[in-house]
Amino acid sequence: MLLNQFLLLAAALFAIGVYGVLARRNGVLVLMSIELILNAVNINLVAFSAVRETVGGEIFALFIIAVAAAEVGVGLAMVLLLYRNRRSIDLADIDQLRG
Amino acid sequence: MTVLAALQGFDSLMSGDTVVAQNIAFGILALVMIVAALRMVTTSNVVHAALYLVIVLAGVSGIFILLGAEFVGVTQVLVYIGAIVVLFLFGIMLTRGALGEDEEADTEKRRMAVLVGVLVLVVTGGAVLDSFGDAAVNRAAPSLTAEIGDTIFSQYIVPFEAVSVLLLAALIGAIVVARKD
Repeated sequence: MLLNQFLLLAAALFAIGVYGVLARRNGVLVLMSIELILNAVNINLVAFSAVRETVGGEIFALFIIAVAAAEVGVGLAMVLLLYRNRRSIDLADIDQLRG
Repeated sequence: MTVLAALQGFDSLMSGDTVVAQNIAFGILALVMIVAALRMVTTSNVVHAALYLVIVLAGVSGIFILLGAEFVGVTQVLVYIGAIVVLFLFGIMLTRGALGEDEEADTEKRRMAVLVGVLVLVVTGGAVLDSFGDAAVNRAAPSLTAEIGDTIFSQYIVPFEAVSVLLLAALIGAIVVARKD
């Protein structure tokens, strides 16, 4: 197996995740797209770890999984707060900070 | 016998020294993952998007196992599919206004998002192809979980403790943010 095929797969997933973050208006769907991006990064880390035959990259992938869990917890709490206050999780409606 | 070893054994039966079975497994996984990811970001039903996310995450776990990182693959299934997706489904249920058929992004915004996504893919893919021309992954054996544990608790002990504090902070923060007063 070539290293490139893993890196290109990760690049494709990353690009799809970027599209999702930019095009979606539902807060939960934006968080899901961010998970896609983090998983693309994890594929890269594990692939480089396999090429170098060390465990460093795998350990960083584990750290990213833990940080992603924390991020989803806080992110969903914020989306719930948004829904409770405004009865909508459409991110296009959130423009109080716009100058 | 590990999955990696099984696939390598299968190879020697089929084609001598090439890694046909691994490449076939990779191709199937990659195709399924990309189709599911595209469906995830285009479907208009939020629950379906979460279920497509499960397919992508399971595919990533398969890729990890193909790369010989079995512990990371199992952790991926436990944490992502077991916990994070369930969290997403709870989030969808609690924001019921968005359940079922959902918003459509305006076409102008979508067109710009497609442009940015394609640019990201082209630039990243070009850089990757340029940098790692024919580097090959041919790992002799899967990485040992004992080695991962040893390394985390010696070389990476400070980041490990920082992550545990981060998880505690995120737990308290999520409760404080979402609590009804």
